[in-house]
Amino acid sequence: MRLAEERLSVPATSVVAMTRSAIEAEGLVKHFGDTVAVDGVSFSVPEGSVLGLLGPNGAGKTTTVRMMTTLTRPTAGTGRVAGHDILTDPAAVRRSMGLTGQAATVDELLTGRENLRLIGNLYGLDSSYIRRASDELLERFSLADAGDRTAKTYSGGMRRRLDLAVSLIATPPVLFLDEPTTGLDPRSRVELWEVLRELVADGTTLLLTTQYLEEADQLSDNIVVIDRGTVIAEGTPLQLKDQSGAAALVVTVSHSGDLQTAEALLRPHAREVHVDVGARQLTAPSEGLGHMTRVAGIFEESGIVLDDIGLKRPSLDDVFLHLTGHRAEQGADDAAEGDPADQLDQTAGGMAR
Amino acid sequence: MTTLERPEIRTTGLPAQSWAIARRNFLHIRRMPEMLMDVTIQPVMFVLLFAFVFGSSIDVATPAGYRAFLLPGIMAQTVAFASFIVAVGLTADLDKGIVDRMRSLPINPAAVLVGRSISSLVHASIGLVVMSLTGLLIGWRIHTDVFQAAFGYVLLLGWGFAMIWVGIWVGSAMRSVEAVNGVMFATMFPITFLANTFAPTDQMPTVLRFIAEWNPISSLTQAVRVLWGNDQPLAEGAAFPMHHPIPFTIGWIILITAVVAPLAIRTFRARTAD
Repeated sequence: MRLAEERLSVPATSVVAMTRSAIEAEGLVKHFGDTVAVDGVSFSVPEGSVLGLLGPNGAGKTTTVRMMTTLTRPTAGTGRVAGHDILTDPAAVRRSMGLTGQAATVDELLTGRENLRLIGNLYGLDSSYIRRASDELLERFSLADAGDRTAKTYSGGMRRRLDLAVSLIATPPVLFLDEPTTGLDPRSRVELWEVLRELVADGTTLLLTTQYLEEADQLSDNIVVIDRGTVIAEGTPLQLKDQSGAAALVVTVSHSGDLQTAEALLRPHAREVHVDVGARQLTAPSEGLGHMTRVAGIFEESGIVLDDIGLKRPSLDDVFLHLTGHRAEQGADDAAEGDPADQLDQTAGGMAR
Repeated sequence: MTTLERPEIRTTGLPAQSWAIARRNFLHIRRMPEMLMDVTIQPVMFVLLFAFVFGSSIDVATPAGYRAFLLPGIMAQTVAFASFIVAVGLTADLDKGIVDRMRSLPINPAAVLVGRSISSLVHASIGLVVMSLTGLLIGWRIHTDVFQAAFGYVLLLGWGFAMIWVGIWVGSAMRSVEAVNGVMFATMFPITFLANTFAPTDQMPTVLRFIAEWNPISSLTQAVRVLWGNDQPLAEGAAFPMHHPIPFTIGWIILITAVVAPLAIRTFRARTAD
């Protein structure tokens, strides 16, 4: 009630709103016995913006979120959510935020609608409001047809969407999402991103944790990179990418047989050329757009068929490697990470971005 | 861009929150009626097995024979298993992150436990109703007045209340439903059988008889038998609790609750705080 007034007085789009912090962490520390899970993490998220908390498994992302959402008491430090202190006023924090945890915590034996009603009841919302809001949310998350089926019958993506819908039943101004797309197939992931963008457009402040560099890149206004419980970098996705050096010119030939000829052609026009036989790619330090156009002309004349030529900014993965000396994602997650956005980044390089 | 409606979040009390959670647990039972097997088919099978298979070889001196003697015993066992129901439900909720989801809401954290307790007590009560009906069919009757009859049921539910705390304790301490099943089977079965529930204690070997007669479950069973007129005359040398089963039952309920409740709350907090 008090919250509603507070938010109404400051429209989410105004400049004033952008300068206020919806989420603030101040030197959060968490020890589990002898293990230091989080070791002095601070950040601030302006109202209506998205912060991506990026880091590998075990970096302390979930513990940070659990402290900010009052589920775990910090060993030291504190934080504020919508202006309420997580230590001194946890009840007000819980009234102002929604949380979607790492595993979809929907109740499998209840229908989508019953899940929404349960949480709505616990928030003390009016039952006619719950009905109306449930209809809207189910519609918005493409679950309208599934609303009366038990969640057990849902696919992974549907469960995630229901989980998110449940977190939104009381329209909290601040939303915490812990690895919202882990385990989703690429299509469901992109769909969920779409929904998240809409929420942010509506003025919700978002903190999301992810191990997917691409996800942080796609959604966040600001990124905080954490590793082994401490913040090792922060900034906009662009700033972080700039930190790890210049863009590269990437040429992909259509036939691997042309690779050597292409290398010989490119060599005089580049300081160094790196050949990736498997990807049929030549990579050279970029010397700007004019340089790329010149190289494109040379290949045009040579008659070598190209799949693609473009500028590639360092991906956040490169940034992570640069910052930590180890890769962000090991093994199993590689397939998911390598795919869509990296390619997108490459083909659209120098133009859209 | 839409303007978001921020609904009014009313602060509801613990009763309303607990009821919302209990209702959700009832929905579970409606979706999976087989969850009720532990208080329906299983005890009915026990009643039939013991009444007709073993009953002929167990000699008791109650007016209506072994079946009347048996019924209070099986009821006591069924309410003791209420702890089982609580523990399994709570562990599943903790394991799946449902408890964390609840804890992130603006509600009294106790609502999760109270809601679980309410639904488990109702769950166990269904068992008492089923058991009573089965008993009536096979010849069990209450031979006393309505107040004593009701007092018998109150003692059974009181026992169920104490068992809920045991369930919360075990449920908070165990990491999986399988572990709960293992622990509960290994403890509750011997405890409920090593008593006067299914067979008179006076023919047991001395040591066993002593343990059985001091077993809290025996006090409960004996109390209910006395209150319903299903008891047989006490045998020579019966242990002290058998002579005063009602005060002993009330004492046990208070003692178990007083000891286990703080442990249960501490274990639940420790499990959920970090």
